[in-house]
Amino acid sequence: MAEIQLKSLAHSYSESPAGPEDYAIRQLDHVWHKGGAYALLGPSGCGKSTMLNIISGLVQPSEGEVLFDGQRVNELSPRERNIAQVFQFPVVYDSMTVFENLAFPLKNNKVPGARIQTRVAEIAEILEIADKLHKKARNLTADEKQKVSMGRGLVREDVTAILFDEPLTVIDPALKWKLRRKLKQIHEQFDITMVYVTHDQLEASTFADKIAVMYDGQIVQFGTPIELFEHPNHTFVGYFIGSPGMNLIDVERSADGVSFGAVRVALQEWQIERLQGLASNNIKIGIRPEFIELASGAAEGSYQAEVLDMEDLGTYKIITVRLGTQQLQVRMHEDFEAGIGSRVHLSFPPQWTMLYVDEFLVQEQS
Amino acid sequence: MDRIPDNRAWWLVLPVFLLVAFSALIPLMTVVNYSVQDIFGPGQAYFVGTEWFREVLTDQRLQDSLLRQFLFSGAVLLIQIPLGIGVALLMPKSGIKGSLCLILVAIPLLIPWNVVGTIWQIFARGDIGLFGWGVNQLGVDYNYTGNTVDAWLTVLLMDVWHWTPLVALLCYSGLRAIPEAFYQAAEIDRASRWAVFRYIQLPRLKSVLVIAVLLRFMDSFMIYSEPFVLTGGGPGSSTTFLSQTLTTMAVGQFDLGRAAAFSLVYFLIVLLISWLFFTAITHADKDT
Repeated sequence: MAEIQLKSLAHSYSESPAGPEDYAIRQLDHVWHKGGAYALLGPSGCGKSTMLNIISGLVQPSEGEVLFDGQRVNELSPRERNIAQVFQFPVVYDSMTVFENLAFPLKNNKVPGARIQTRVAEIAEILEIADKLHKKARNLTADEKQKVSMGRGLVREDVTAILFDEPLTVIDPALKWKLRRKLKQIHEQFDITMVYVTHDQLEASTFADKIAVMYDGQIVQFGTPIELFEHPNHTFVGYFIGSPGMNLIDVERSADGVSFGAVRVALQEWQIERLQGLASNNIKIGIRPEFIELASGAAEGSYQAEVLDMEDLGTYKIITVRLGTQQLQVRMHEDFEAGIGSRVHLSFPPQWTMLYVDEFLVQEQS
Repeated sequence: MDRIPDNRAWWLVLPVFLLVAFSALIPLMTVVNYSVQDIFGPGQAYFVGTEWFREVLTDQRLQDSLLRQFLFSGAVLLIQIPLGIGVALLMPKSGIKGSLCLILVAIPLLIPWNVVGTIWQIFARGDIGLFGWGVNQLGVDYNYTGNTVDAWLTVLLMDVWHWTPLVALLCYSGLRAIPEAFYQAAEIDRASRWAVFRYIQLPRLKSVLVIAVLLRFMDSFMIYSEPFVLTGGGPGSSTTFLSQTLTTMAVGQFDLGRAAAFSLVYFLIVLLISWLFFTAITHADKDT
């Protein structure tokens, strides 16, 4: 177990990167604390797997340092770093049985035979493949292979960290949920640093205590699921977390706040103050569909919007409305009724109205 | 659905039947024809039944060359398969170095059999051949035309030089087909170099090795030109293999009946052993 620190890390797969667009990872500083359960969340191609491979040592970063407990490990091979990693596409050694597969990392580490027996049995029990131990790995189904592949990552007890690269891709949803719980249990039981890469926010928040959201080669926010939901640090986090994502509206400066088209949005005092200190004209406001409120009439600070569409998702409804020039999505109680084309009055609670300048959140100065 | 009784569909089998007939059955039947008759000339054929076969199977000369043939093929497989795998493992995986290596390794394969024999016939000579002369200079008494052991070693060395590249190329392609993910997983699992070879590379080379073993067995079992040019089967008959014995019988002595019977036996041996190899190797695959 160790604390994993990434220091001004950057990586490019091209030999001579010309500009920032050639980098898979751009100038990144981050610390994964000892014994934490973390998720690394981001869309495909944002550099998640690259970062994982840099931590495990399969990829050498072009710039920056990887530190384990303060020790530089850039030059060490994965073998020397003693890291376990589970790959997205299950790798099983198909000439071996399931037992031999799970025992392989232990044998390589010269673990005594009796200990191998008990440890493999333990892991097989957790992953529910105990009855398949003597089957040849090549005859397994896709999800069994993924379990074996995962089992090989979990079987070693002395690892620095376990890295999961979307390890549940081919497993069906019900089992996925179960295995995620298992992983969480294993984490609580053994207290190993775990980093779990996924593009599924639900998966990330059920597994991890803290989630790092990665976008375009950078970690744009690192926080608890609630923090990511309530105070997205970057427009991407707002858009990516939540279903549907945050409503993001391009706005212009106006006399005492911001506006889009004829709609004036009221901001909090400190937001206006801070905005005045910033030069950029790339200004957005963001508000989550969950936080937009339905006003009973044309009250102060409410806007009239036209209902364009309504989706009934069983326990709640998502309505799409047109407000001025913008389309917004609003989450409504399942009892809400309004005809397409009808008018509703909406208001934006100021505490949930986020202000973004150059895509980053404008925060209250403390 | 109602079945329509119509036997014309059998005509569709005709192309395959013709192909097999011309490629295998008709030539083979000619040999079968000769093997059961004594033919002196047109219209002068006498049916002799299994006489040729009985003679061939008890012929000491043939038994000796059959034994030599097995020894030779066995040695060829024992040397070339491990050596070929070794060479393939050492070859660079990609890039300009990989391509250069491929060309270098493949060169012996492009040389015609007769030329290979001629090259080694000169190369291994004690007086003017670089190899033979060099070995003699080292103080080793080496003379492949006079000494049986030297002759055998030279024939083997020549075959290893000529055909190990085939095994190496097959294995190289097999190795390249292993996804990088397996090596990464093995690295993460802290597998030793040997464990990577034993548990990842070797199992995945199996199918190409089946082909390599079969090809090398069949080719070496039918070897003719190279030892014929190099040693002429000598000294004595110490490097006379089956094909050469057969040729001497058929062309040299014009003993067509015996040669035909012998050809059939030869053919059946190759077929039988190839089948044994194949089933043995593919059978090891099936398990629970």
